[in-house]
Amino acid sequence: MSGLVIEKEKCVGCGACVSACPSAALSMEEGLAVVDGAACVLCGVCVDTCPTGAISVEKEEAAGLDPSDWRDVWVFAQWEGEGFHPVTLELLSRGRALADSLEERLCAAAVGCTEADCAPLLDQGADAVYLCPALPAEYRAEPFCAAVLSQLIRAHRPGIVLFGATPFGRSLAPRLAARLGTGLTADCTQLDIDGESRCLRQTRPAFGGNLMATIVCPAHRPQMATVRPGVFPILTAGRRTGAEIVTVEPPVLPPPLTRELAADQAVQAAAGLRGAQVIVSVGRGIGVRKNVKLVERLAELLGAQVGCSRPLVEAGWLSYDHQIGQTGVSVAPKLLITFGISGAIQHLAGIAGAERIIAVNSDPSAPIFAQAHEAVVGDCVEILEEMIKILEKKPN
Amino acid sequence: MRIVACIKQVPSTNEVRLDPEKHTILRDGRQSVVNPFDAHAVEEAVRLKETCGGTVLAISMGIPAVEELLRDALARGADEAVLLSDRAFAGADTLATSYTLAAGIRRAGPFDLILCGKMAVDGDTAQIGPELAEQLGIPHLTEVDAILSVGEGRVTVSRQGQQGPETVEAALPALLTLTREVNTPRMPTLTGVRRSLTAPFVCWGADDLKADRGRCGLEGSPTQVVRTFVPQRERETVFLSGSPERQAEQMVKIAGEVLA
Repeated sequence: MSGLVIEKEKCVGCGACVSACPSAALSMEEGLAVVDGAACVLCGVCVDTCPTGAISVEKEEAAGLDPSDWRDVWVFAQWEGEGFHPVTLELLSRGRALADSLEERLCAAAVGCTEADCAPLLDQGADAVYLCPALPAEYRAEPFCAAVLSQLIRAHRPGIVLFGATPFGRSLAPRLAARLGTGLTADCTQLDIDGESRCLRQTRPAFGGNLMATIVCPAHRPQMATVRPGVFPILTAGRRTGAEIVTVEPPVLPPPLTRELAADQAVQAAAGLRGAQVIVSVGRGIGVRKNVKLVERLAELLGAQVGCSRPLVEAGWLSYDHQIGQTGVSVAPKLLITFGISGAIQHLAGIAGAERIIAVNSDPSAPIFAQAHEAVVGDCVEILEEMIKILEKKPN
Repeated sequence: MRIVACIKQVPSTNEVRLDPEKHTILRDGRQSVVNPFDAHAVEEAVRLKETCGGTVLAISMGIPAVEELLRDALARGADEAVLLSDRAFAGADTLATSYTLAAGIRRAGPFDLILCGKMAVDGDTAQIGPELAEQLGIPHLTEVDAILSVGEGRVTVSRQGQQGPETVEAALPALLTLTREVNTPRMPTLTGVRRSLTAPFVCWGADDLKADRGRCGLEGSPTQVVRTFVPQRERETVFLSGSPERQAEQMVKIAGEVLA
């Protein structure tokens, strides 16, 4: 029987679930919680609320698919014209560990590059690369990749397929999941194999990062997940014996339904931000436009790149190529100093890979402080001026 | 032009608190509002109607109380509203939700453009838009900052691509997911509120949609949540104290150590 299940033995009759239920589906009878199946919408609020873990959402799995037919861990290798998006190597690093624990192969799927371009994928420990070198000019990369991947996945039946949670991956992966009729977990921050079921345990933030959820996809394959850039470190790996590149034919497709007309801006500095060791980053809390000059001066003194949050790009104070976050660049510097950035979840997604974060903000409750190693509650301009003064006095 | 705006009911706050004594999660599921991103979808649909002509259908899957949010969309300029509500839809993940929405939109008749918010603020998945487009067999474009033109069987938009803003066109019918940059939602007018009380509103269940119950709700959801928890703070943040000068000195010192 599928639905909400209350274990009578565990229920202590505290009534927490009754007051938490948004659908008024729970009530107390003889000191124990009972659910009205017709009113319950399985939202899960009571499951989270129950102090004794007495409530769960149970589901009978329809038999049909045999998970053991689906083997290997795949990573979508996001080609960007001159190289792979760094998240590709991060996913291969984590994917290697998952494949090893399952005793399966690690494979990458790449579209639109050459065999020679695929060397970094093999160097990162892939046993095989499935490569579709063609990317017909009339197609945008995204729908074309969806077509290539659905064909490859149906033919080779991987158990797990991982994507970077980049703007590209976040659009491609759900399209593909719906085509394949399988589950997809967005923005995972942890991936592990459940020893008993051999299922992928996918842990992700929800409610703006205030709640973490571990999700499994027990009876559908492949198990698909997107992972934010910067979450997993790139580990040293070597080439595997017998590692190979398998070239595949492009699918035959109907005429494209979307067409790119123009890329509005060049993004030269974005590449600089991505590989930067030191970044000084600035947000709305900087106050007025002329203060951005102070940030640029500090960056110069520290040999740092300048990054910013989205509102500054929208205000026209800095160009888009400086934008850090979910819709900008993900960065992984040794040191990140932020001024006046409050830390919206979309921005935090872009700085998860930073090794050391010092945050300056006038609001002591700014979410950025939870992510920072060192926090300074104070006036950005004062701190900037003091830092510049100190550094200008220093030799070198 | 027939435009569909998809809306979702979300909790009014995404704050999650821990009960300090019982260490359980306190989530207030009671006060519910329209997903802020979806308010922009309704607004954009109404603006397109005003400039290009046509009608706007607001649709949602949810509990019967979601009627209130759909009436609000009607008050803000939508012409008709559909609520997909059924026990069979409960417990749906993104795949089952997109299946049900697709069935509802098909039942509601032909359409040219579907607008969604880029994500919902409770789940944060941003998956429904692309999944719904795939279920309907139409193209989609995510993270649209501006609709530049609609007509002659296509829509042209400015969107956030992998390499920054780009201009892309899609053949209609198409689905767009919108950022908050796209517009500023209007307030309902008195006339709108009055009209919303009598505007066409229907509620459909699984049988009305001739939906495959095995693909709806919990039954149709490949993914299952096995555990939820409040994240542990990974690090104890050190607050640097003293005068601005003293704070700046400490920052320069740390920078020197890290980069040495």
